[in-house]
Amino acid sequence: MEETSRPAAAALRRPRPLKGVHPGRRTLVVIPAKDEAANLPSLLTEVARFHPLGEVLVVDDGSRDETSRIAGRLGCRVLRHCFNLGYGSTLLTGYHYALQHDYRYLVQIDGDGQHPPAAIEALLAPLIAGEADVVIGSRYLNGGNPETGRLRRLGALPLAWIASLWTGTRITDPTSGMQALRREAVLELCSDGFPDDFPDIDVLIHLHRKGFRLREIPVSMRPRRHGRSMHGGLRALYYFFRMAVCLLLLPVRRSSPYRRQRLSAAGS
Amino acid sequence: MLPSPSPLLQASVKIPVPSELPGRQRLVAILLALGILLTVLELVRQRKLREEYSALWLATAGFLLLLAIEYRVLLWITDLIGAVLPTSTLFFGGLVFLILLSLQFSVRLSRLTYRSRAQTRRIAFLEERIRKLEEGTDPAREEEGEDPRRDGA
Repeated sequence: MEETSRPAAAALRRPRPLKGVHPGRRTLVVIPAKDEAANLPSLLTEVARFHPLGEVLVVDDGSRDETSRIAGRLGCRVLRHCFNLGYGSTLLTGYHYALQHDYRYLVQIDGDGQHPPAAIEALLAPLIAGEADVVIGSRYLNGGNPETGRLRRLGALPLAWIASLWTGTRITDPTSGMQALRREAVLELCSDGFPDDFPDIDVLIHLHRKGFRLREIPVSMRPRRHGRSMHGGLRALYYFFRMAVCLLLLPVRRSSPYRRQRLSAAGS
Repeated sequence: MLPSPSPLLQASVKIPVPSELPGRQRLVAILLALGILLTVLELVRQRKLREEYSALWLATAGFLLLLAIEYRVLLWITDLIGAVLPTSTLFFGGLVFLILLSLQFSVRLSRLTYRSRAQTRRIAFLEERIRKLEEGTDPAREEEGEDPRRDGA
Protein backbone atom coordinates (compact mmCIF):
# COMPACT_ATOMS: atom_id res chain seq x y z
CA MET A 1 0.00 0.00 0.00
CA GLU A 2 2.75 2.42 0.89
CA GLU A 3 4.43 3.24 -2.37
CA THR A 4 7.97 4.16 -3.36
CA SER A 5 7.81 7.86 -2.47
CA ARG A 6 7.87 7.12 1.28
CA PRO A 7 11.08 7.85 3.19
CA ALA A 8 13.51 5.04 3.89
CA ALA A 9 12.79 4.85 7.62
CA ALA A 10 9.14 4.12 7.00
CA ALA A 11 10.00 1.53 4.42
CA LEU A 12 12.29 -0.20 6.87
CA ARG A 13 9.51 -0.42 9.38
CA ARG A 14 7.16 -2.00 6.89
CA PRO A 15 6.24 -5.20 8.64
CA ARG A 16 6.21 -7.85 5.96
CA PRO A 17 6.29 -8.30 2.21
CA LEU A 18 3.18 -7.47 0.26
CA LYS A 19 1.41 -10.18 -1.61
CA GLY A 20 2.79 -10.91 -5.03
CA VAL A 21 6.06 -9.11 -4.38
CA HIS A 22 7.94 -12.32 -3.73
CA PRO A 23 6.65 -14.99 -6.05
CA GLY A 24 9.74 -17.11 -5.56
CA ARG A 25 8.48 -19.01 -2.54
CA ARG A 26 7.02 -22.32 -3.56
CA THR A 27 6.70 -25.27 -1.24
CA LEU A 28 6.55 -25.49 2.52
CA VAL A 29 6.77 -28.86 4.22
CA VAL A 30 4.80 -28.78 7.47
CA ILE A 31 5.61 -31.37 10.12
CA PRO A 32 3.28 -31.44 13.11
CA ALA A 33 5.19 -32.99 15.98
CA LYS A 34 4.44 -33.79 19.58
CA ASP A 35 7.17 -35.40 21.66
CA GLU A 36 8.98 -36.60 18.55
CA ALA A 37 12.52 -35.71 19.58
CA ALA A 38 13.56 -39.33 19.00
CA ASN A 39 12.09 -39.52 15.50
CA LEU A 40 12.90 -36.05 14.22
CA PRO A 41 16.65 -36.24 13.45
CA SER A 42 16.39 -39.20 11.11
CA LEU A 43 13.17 -37.91 9.56
CA LEU A 44 14.63 -34.47 8.92
CA THR A 45 17.84 -35.88 7.47
CA GLU A 46 15.71 -37.84 5.08
CA VAL A 47 13.51 -34.87 4.25
CA ALA A 48 16.64 -32.83 3.52
CA ARG A 49 17.48 -35.16 0.65
CA PHE A 50 14.29 -34.15 -1.12
CA HIS A 51 13.59 -30.68 0.19
CA PRO A 52 15.74 -27.89 1.69
CA LEU A 53 15.33 -27.87 5.48
CA GLY A 54 15.03 -24.10 5.43
CA GLU A 55 11.64 -24.56 3.85
CA VAL A 56 10.51 -27.07 6.44
CA LEU A 57 8.28 -25.94 9.28
CA VAL A 58 8.11 -28.07 12.38
CA VAL A 59 5.09 -27.19 14.50
CA ASP A 60 5.77 -28.35 18.01
CA ASP A 61 2.47 -29.00 19.76
CA GLY A 62 3.54 -28.34 23.32
CA SER A 63 6.08 -31.14 23.51
CA ARG A 64 7.69 -31.97 26.82
CA ASP A 65 10.90 -33.10 25.16
CA GLU A 66 13.47 -31.39 22.98
CA THR A 67 11.37 -31.49 19.81
CA SER A 68 11.52 -27.81 18.96
CA ARG A 69 15.17 -27.39 19.94
CA ILE A 70 16.25 -30.30 17.78
CA ALA A 71 14.23 -29.04 14.84
CA GLY A 72 15.69 -25.58 15.23
CA ARG A 73 19.24 -26.88 15.47
CA LEU A 74 18.79 -28.84 12.28
CA GLY A 75 17.83 -25.63 10.51
CA CYS A 76 14.06 -25.92 10.29
CA ARG A 77 11.63 -23.16 10.90
CA VAL A 78 9.96 -23.86 14.22
CA LEU A 79 6.69 -22.76 15.72
CA ARG A 80 5.95 -23.89 19.23
CA HIS A 81 2.54 -24.09 20.89
CA CYS A 82 2.86 -23.33 24.58
CA PHE A 83 -0.04 -25.71 25.22
CA ASN A 84 -0.92 -28.97 23.63
CA LEU A 85 -3.67 -28.06 21.17
CA GLY A 86 -4.11 -31.29 19.25
CA TYR A 87 -3.27 -32.52 15.80
CA GLY A 88 -5.74 -30.44 13.82
CA SER A 89 -4.79 -27.20 15.50
CA THR A 90 -1.15 -27.94 14.89
CA LEU A 91 -1.77 -28.39 11.19
CA LEU A 92 -3.80 -25.21 11.15
CA THR A 93 -0.86 -23.31 12.61
CA GLY A 94 1.24 -24.61 9.73
CA TYR A 95 -1.44 -23.53 7.26
CA HIS A 96 -1.50 -20.02 8.67
CA TYR A 97 2.27 -19.85 8.44
CA ALA A 98 2.25 -20.95 4.81
CA LEU A 99 -0.33 -18.30 3.97
CA GLN A 100 1.55 -15.56 5.78
CA HIS A 101 4.74 -16.42 3.98
CA ASP A 102 3.13 -16.79 0.57
CA TYR A 103 3.93 -20.41 -0.15
CA ARG A 104 2.21 -21.75 -3.23
CA TYR A 105 2.18 -25.39 -2.17
CA LEU A 106 2.09 -27.06 1.19
CA VAL A 107 3.03 -30.63 2.01
CA GLN A 108 2.20 -32.07 5.41
CA ILE A 109 3.86 -35.15 6.82
CA ASP A 110 3.61 -36.51 10.34
CA GLY A 111 6.52 -36.13 12.71
CA ASP A 112 6.61 -39.78 13.69
CA GLY A 113 8.40 -40.92 10.54
CA GLN A 114 5.52 -42.98 9.16
CA HIS A 115 5.35 -40.94 6.02
CA PRO A 116 8.26 -41.45 3.64
CA PRO A 117 9.78 -38.10 2.62
CA ALA A 118 10.69 -39.72 -0.69
CA ALA A 119 7.01 -39.39 -1.63
CA ILE A 120 6.99 -35.59 -1.31
CA GLU A 121 7.83 -35.17 -4.99
CA ALA A 122 5.09 -37.56 -6.05
CA LEU A 123 2.56 -35.71 -3.90
CA LEU A 124 3.52 -32.37 -5.40
CA ALA A 125 3.51 -33.50 -9.01
CA PRO A 126 -0.28 -33.37 -9.60
CA LEU A 127 -0.41 -29.93 -7.93
CA ILE A 128 2.34 -28.50 -10.08
CA ALA A 129 0.88 -30.07 -13.20
CA GLY A 130 -2.43 -28.42 -12.32
CA GLU A 131 -4.28 -31.73 -12.25
CA ALA A 132 -5.43 -31.54 -8.65
CA ASP A 133 -5.70 -29.12 -5.75
CA VAL A 134 -5.37 -31.56 -2.90
CA VAL A 135 -3.29 -34.73 -3.09
CA ILE A 136 -3.60 -37.45 -0.46
CA GLY A 137 -0.99 -40.10 0.13
CA SER A 138 -2.81 -43.39 0.60
CA ARG A 139 -1.36 -46.50 2.17
CA TYR A 140 -4.16 -48.66 0.82
CA LEU A 141 -4.14 -47.71 -2.85
CA ASN A 142 -2.40 -50.24 -5.08
CA GLY A 143 1.30 -49.92 -4.57
CA GLY A 144 0.82 -49.09 -0.92
CA ASN A 145 1.22 -51.61 1.87
CA PRO A 146 -2.17 -52.82 3.06
CA GLU A 147 -0.64 -54.95 5.81
CA THR A 148 -0.23 -52.01 8.18
CA GLY A 149 -2.85 -52.12 10.91
CA ARG A 150 -5.69 -54.37 9.90
CA LEU A 151 -7.99 -53.02 12.61
CA ARG A 152 -7.34 -49.47 11.55
CA ARG A 153 -8.15 -50.43 7.99
CA LEU A 154 -11.47 -51.89 9.12
CA GLY A 155 -12.34 -48.70 10.98
CA ALA A 156 -11.38 -46.47 8.10
CA LEU A 157 -13.29 -48.45 5.50
CA PRO A 158 -16.80 -47.02 6.06
CA LEU A 159 -15.35 -43.52 6.18
CA ALA A 160 -13.53 -44.18 2.95
CA TRP A 161 -16.76 -45.29 1.33
CA ILE A 162 -18.65 -42.23 2.52
CA ALA A 163 -15.88 -39.94 1.30
CA SER A 164 -15.65 -41.69 -2.06
CA LEU A 165 -19.39 -41.56 -2.63
CA TRP A 166 -19.68 -37.96 -1.56
CA THR A 167 -16.76 -36.59 -3.51
CA GLY A 168 -17.06 -38.83 -6.53
CA THR A 169 -13.33 -39.52 -6.26
CA ARG A 170 -11.94 -42.84 -5.15
CA ILE A 171 -10.60 -42.30 -1.65
CA THR A 172 -9.14 -45.25 0.19
CA ASP A 173 -7.25 -43.62 3.04
CA PRO A 174 -9.16 -40.54 4.21
CA THR A 175 -7.39 -40.45 7.57
CA SER A 176 -4.01 -40.07 5.92
CA GLY A 177 -2.01 -37.22 7.38
CA MET A 178 0.22 -37.09 4.35
CA GLN A 179 -1.24 -34.53 2.02
CA ALA A 180 -0.24 -31.79 -0.36
CA LEU A 181 -2.39 -28.73 -0.85
CA ARG A 182 -2.47 -25.80 -3.18
CA ARG A 183 -2.43 -22.36 -1.60
CA GLU A 184 -6.07 -21.72 -2.44
CA ALA A 185 -7.10 -24.88 -0.61
CA VAL A 186 -5.02 -23.84 2.40
CA LEU A 187 -6.69 -20.46 2.35
CA GLU A 188 -10.11 -22.09 2.27
CA LEU A 189 -9.24 -24.26 5.26
CA CYS A 190 -7.91 -21.29 7.19
CA SER A 191 -10.94 -19.15 6.42
CA ASP A 192 -13.26 -21.86 7.58
CA GLY A 193 -13.97 -25.51 7.65
CA PHE A 194 -10.98 -26.95 9.41
CA PRO A 195 -11.73 -28.89 12.56
CA ASP A 196 -9.02 -28.27 15.09
CA ASP A 197 -9.21 -31.61 16.89
CA PHE A 198 -9.21 -34.44 14.37
CA PRO A 199 -9.35 -33.46 10.73
CA ASP A 200 -10.84 -36.25 8.67
CA ILE A 201 -13.12 -36.86 5.74
CA ASP A 202 -15.16 -33.80 6.62
CA VAL A 203 -12.18 -31.74 5.47
CA LEU A 204 -12.02 -33.61 2.16
CA ILE A 205 -15.76 -33.31 1.65
CA HIS A 206 -15.67 -29.63 2.53
CA LEU A 207 -12.91 -29.01 0.00
CA HIS A 208 -14.80 -31.00 -2.61
CA ARG A 209 -17.93 -28.95 -1.99
CA LYS A 210 -15.89 -25.79 -2.49
CA GLY A 211 -14.81 -27.06 -5.88
CA PHE A 212 -11.29 -28.27 -5.15
CA ARG A 213 -10.13 -31.37 -7.00
CA LEU A 214 -8.96 -34.24 -4.85
CA ARG A 215 -6.55 -36.94 -5.91
CA GLU A 216 -5.09 -39.94 -4.14
CA ILE A 217 -1.73 -41.43 -4.86
CA PRO A 218 -0.22 -44.61 -3.39
CA VAL A 219 2.41 -44.15 -0.70
CA SER A 220 4.03 -46.96 1.22
CA MET A 221 4.03 -46.02 4.87
CA ARG A 222 6.29 -47.34 7.58
CA PRO A 223 5.66 -48.32 11.16
CA ARG A 224 6.64 -45.61 13.58
CA ARG A 225 9.98 -46.10 15.27
CA HIS A 226 9.69 -44.41 18.64
CA GLY A 227 6.89 -43.30 20.88
CA ARG A 228 3.15 -43.83 20.77
CA SER A 229 0.60 -43.04 18.15
CA MET A 230 -2.22 -40.60 18.89
CA HIS A 231 -5.02 -42.91 17.75
CA GLY A 232 -6.62 -45.59 19.84
CA GLY A 233 -8.65 -46.17 22.98
CA LEU A 234 -11.61 -44.02 23.92
CA ARG A 235 -10.38 -41.41 21.50
CA ALA A 236 -11.53 -43.62 18.64
CA LEU A 237 -15.08 -43.72 20.02
CA TYR A 238 -15.28 -39.99 20.44
CA TYR A 239 -13.82 -39.67 17.01
CA PHE A 240 -16.60 -41.65 15.38
CA PHE A 241 -19.21 -39.69 17.26
CA ARG A 242 -17.68 -36.41 16.12
CA MET A 243 -17.57 -37.69 12.58
CA ALA A 244 -21.28 -38.50 12.65
CA VAL A 245 -22.22 -35.05 13.96
CA CYS A 246 -19.94 -33.40 11.45
CA LEU A 247 -21.28 -35.31 8.48
CA LEU A 248 -24.90 -34.73 9.48
CA LEU A 249 -24.38 -31.00 9.83
CA LEU A 250 -21.92 -30.50 7.00
CA PRO A 251 -24.43 -29.52 4.32
CA VAL A 252 -26.16 -26.96 6.53
CA ARG A 253 -23.28 -25.73 8.60
CA ARG A 254 -22.55 -22.01 8.77
CA SER A 255 -19.09 -20.58 8.87
CA SER A 256 -17.79 -20.09 12.36
CA PRO A 257 -18.15 -16.60 13.78
CA TYR A 258 -14.95 -17.06 15.78
CA ARG A 259 -12.93 -18.31 12.85
CA ARG A 260 -13.27 -15.01 11.10
CA GLN A 261 -11.88 -13.11 14.05
CA ARG A 262 -9.07 -15.55 14.31
CA LEU A 263 -8.11 -15.27 10.66
CA SER A 264 -7.98 -11.53 10.79
CA ALA A 265 -5.96 -11.74 13.98
CA ALA A 266 -3.46 -14.24 12.62
CA GLY A 267 -3.11 -12.66 9.22
CA SER A 268 -2.22 -9.19 10.45
CA MET B 1 -56.22 -49.84 23.77
CA LEU B 2 -54.58 -47.40 26.13
CA PRO B 3 -53.31 -48.74 29.40
CA SER B 4 -55.12 -47.43 32.41
CA PRO B 5 -53.15 -44.99 34.60
CA SER B 6 -51.00 -46.66 37.21
CA PRO B 7 -52.40 -46.84 40.76
CA LEU B 8 -49.65 -44.53 41.89
CA LEU B 9 -50.69 -41.84 39.46
CA GLN B 10 -54.33 -42.24 40.40
CA ALA B 11 -53.39 -41.87 44.01
CA SER B 12 -51.31 -38.78 43.30
CA VAL B 13 -54.22 -37.12 41.60
CA LYS B 14 -56.14 -37.34 44.83
CA ILE B 15 -53.44 -35.59 46.85
CA PRO B 16 -55.06 -32.35 47.96
CA VAL B 17 -53.33 -29.32 46.56
CA PRO B 18 -52.87 -26.83 49.41
CA SER B 19 -54.56 -23.54 48.77
CA GLU B 20 -51.58 -21.67 50.14
CA LEU B 21 -47.94 -22.43 50.87
CA PRO B 22 -47.35 -23.68 54.42
CA GLY B 23 -45.65 -21.04 56.53
CA ARG B 24 -42.32 -22.82 57.05
CA GLN B 25 -41.96 -23.77 53.37
CA ARG B 26 -42.66 -20.20 52.45
CA LEU B 27 -40.05 -18.90 54.86
CA VAL B 28 -37.42 -21.29 53.55
CA ALA B 29 -38.20 -20.40 49.93
CA ILE B 30 -38.00 -16.67 50.63
CA LEU B 31 -34.72 -17.04 52.51
CA LEU B 32 -33.26 -19.18 49.75
CA ALA B 33 -34.28 -16.72 47.06
CA LEU B 34 -32.91 -13.78 49.02
CA GLY B 35 -29.71 -15.71 49.70
CA ILE B 36 -29.12 -16.39 46.00
CA LEU B 37 -30.02 -12.83 45.09
CA LEU B 38 -27.67 -11.28 47.62
CA THR B 39 -24.82 -13.69 46.89
CA VAL B 40 -25.01 -12.98 43.17
CA LEU B 41 -25.19 -9.24 43.71
CA GLU B 42 -22.28 -9.37 46.13
CA LEU B 43 -20.19 -11.41 43.67
CA VAL B 44 -20.93 -8.89 40.95
CA ARG B 45 -20.03 -6.06 43.31
CA GLN B 46 -16.70 -7.70 44.10
CA ARG B 47 -16.11 -8.15 40.38
CA LYS B 48 -15.85 -11.89 40.87
CA LEU B 49 -18.82 -12.51 38.63
CA ARG B 50 -19.25 -10.76 35.34
CA GLU B 51 -22.56 -8.97 34.80
CA GLU B 52 -23.28 -11.00 31.69
CA TYR B 53 -23.28 -14.24 33.65
CA SER B 54 -25.29 -12.83 36.53
CA ALA B 55 -28.42 -12.23 34.45
CA LEU B 56 -29.65 -15.80 34.44
CA TRP B 57 -28.92 -16.22 38.14
CA LEU B 58 -30.69 -13.00 39.09
CA ALA B 59 -33.69 -13.92 36.99
CA THR B 60 -33.94 -17.26 38.77
CA ALA B 61 -33.63 -15.77 42.23
CA GLY B 62 -36.21 -13.13 41.40
CA PHE B 63 -38.57 -15.73 40.02
CA LEU B 64 -38.16 -17.92 43.09
CA LEU B 65 -38.90 -14.94 45.31
CA LEU B 66 -42.02 -14.16 43.33
CA LEU B 67 -43.24 -17.73 43.66
CA ALA B 68 -42.57 -17.81 47.39
CA ILE B 69 -44.45 -14.59 48.00
CA GLU B 70 -47.29 -15.09 45.56
CA TYR B 71 -48.43 -18.73 45.68
CA ARG B 72 -51.15 -18.11 43.09
CA VAL B 73 -48.51 -17.55 40.40
CA LEU B 74 -47.17 -21.03 41.06
CA LEU B 75 -50.66 -22.51 40.89
CA TRP B 76 -51.33 -20.65 37.68
CA ILE B 77 -48.11 -21.95 36.07
CA THR B 78 -48.83 -25.46 37.32
CA ASP B 79 -52.18 -25.28 35.61
CA LEU B 80 -50.60 -23.79 32.50
CA ILE B 81 -48.05 -26.56 31.94
CA GLY B 82 -50.50 -29.27 32.95
CA ALA B 83 -48.67 -30.45 36.04
CA VAL B 84 -50.60 -31.94 38.92
CA LEU B 85 -48.62 -30.77 41.90
CA PRO B 86 -47.07 -27.32 42.40
CA THR B 87 -43.98 -29.12 43.67
CA SER B 88 -43.36 -30.73 40.30
CA THR B 89 -43.61 -27.30 38.71
CA LEU B 90 -40.83 -26.14 41.01
CA PHE B 91 -38.66 -29.15 40.17
CA PHE B 92 -39.36 -28.74 36.50
CA GLY B 93 -38.47 -25.07 36.69
CA GLY B 94 -35.21 -25.86 38.45
CA LEU B 95 -34.34 -28.40 35.82
CA VAL B 96 -35.02 -25.99 32.97
CA PHE B 97 -32.92 -23.35 34.68
CA LEU B 98 -29.98 -25.74 35.09
CA ILE B 99 -30.19 -26.84 31.47
CA LEU B 100 -30.20 -23.24 30.27
CA LEU B 101 -27.29 -22.36 32.50
CA SER B 102 -25.12 -25.26 31.41
CA LEU B 103 -25.97 -24.62 27.78
CA GLN B 104 -24.82 -21.06 28.26
CA PHE B 105 -21.62 -22.36 29.79
CA SER B 106 -21.02 -24.73 26.88
CA VAL B 107 -21.39 -21.91 24.40
CA ARG B 108 -18.99 -19.74 26.37
CA LEU B 109 -16.54 -22.61 26.66
CA SER B 110 -16.61 -23.18 22.92
CA ARG B 111 -15.84 -19.54 22.35
CA LEU B 112 -13.05 -19.55 24.90
CA THR B 113 -11.58 -22.67 23.30
CA TYR B 114 -11.47 -20.96 19.93
CA ARG B 115 -9.87 -17.91 21.43
CA SER B 116 -7.26 -19.69 23.50
CA ARG B 117 -6.24 -21.73 20.47
CA ALA B 118 -5.95 -18.61 18.38
CA GLN B 119 -3.88 -17.00 21.11
CA THR B 120 -1.58 -19.96 21.47
CA ARG B 121 -1.05 -19.86 17.72
CA ARG B 122 -0.38 -16.14 17.81
CA ILE B 123 2.16 -16.58 20.59
CA ALA B 124 3.93 -19.24 18.52
CA PHE B 125 4.16 -16.84 15.58
CA LEU B 126 5.43 -14.02 17.75
CA GLU B 127 8.03 -16.21 19.44
CA GLU B 128 9.36 -17.28 16.08
CA ARG B 129 9.49 -13.67 14.97
CA ILE B 130 11.36 -12.63 18.09
CA ARG B 131 13.85 -15.45 17.67
CA LYS B 132 14.52 -14.46 14.09
CA LEU B 133 14.92 -10.82 15.05
CA GLU B 134 17.39 -11.71 17.79
CA GLU B 135 19.37 -13.81 15.38
CA GLY B 136 19.24 -10.96 12.89
CA THR B 137 17.59 -13.17 10.31
CA ASP B 138 14.09 -11.82 10.33
CA PRO B 139 12.56 -13.33 7.21
CA ALA B 140 10.40 -10.31 6.49
CA ARG B 141 13.41 -7.98 6.57
CA GLU B 142 15.59 -10.39 4.69
CA GLU B 143 13.22 -10.48 1.77
CA GLU B 144 12.82 -6.78 1.75
CA GLY B 145 16.56 -6.22 1.90
CA GLU B 146 16.57 -4.64 -1.53
CA ASP B 147 13.40 -2.63 -1.26
CA PRO B 148 14.19 -0.05 1.44
CA ARG B 149 17.45 1.00 -0.16
CA ARG B 150 15.77 1.37 -3.47
CA ASP B 151 12.96 3.33 -1.88
CA GLY B 152 15.32 5.57 0.06
CA ALA B 153 17.61 6.39 -2.83
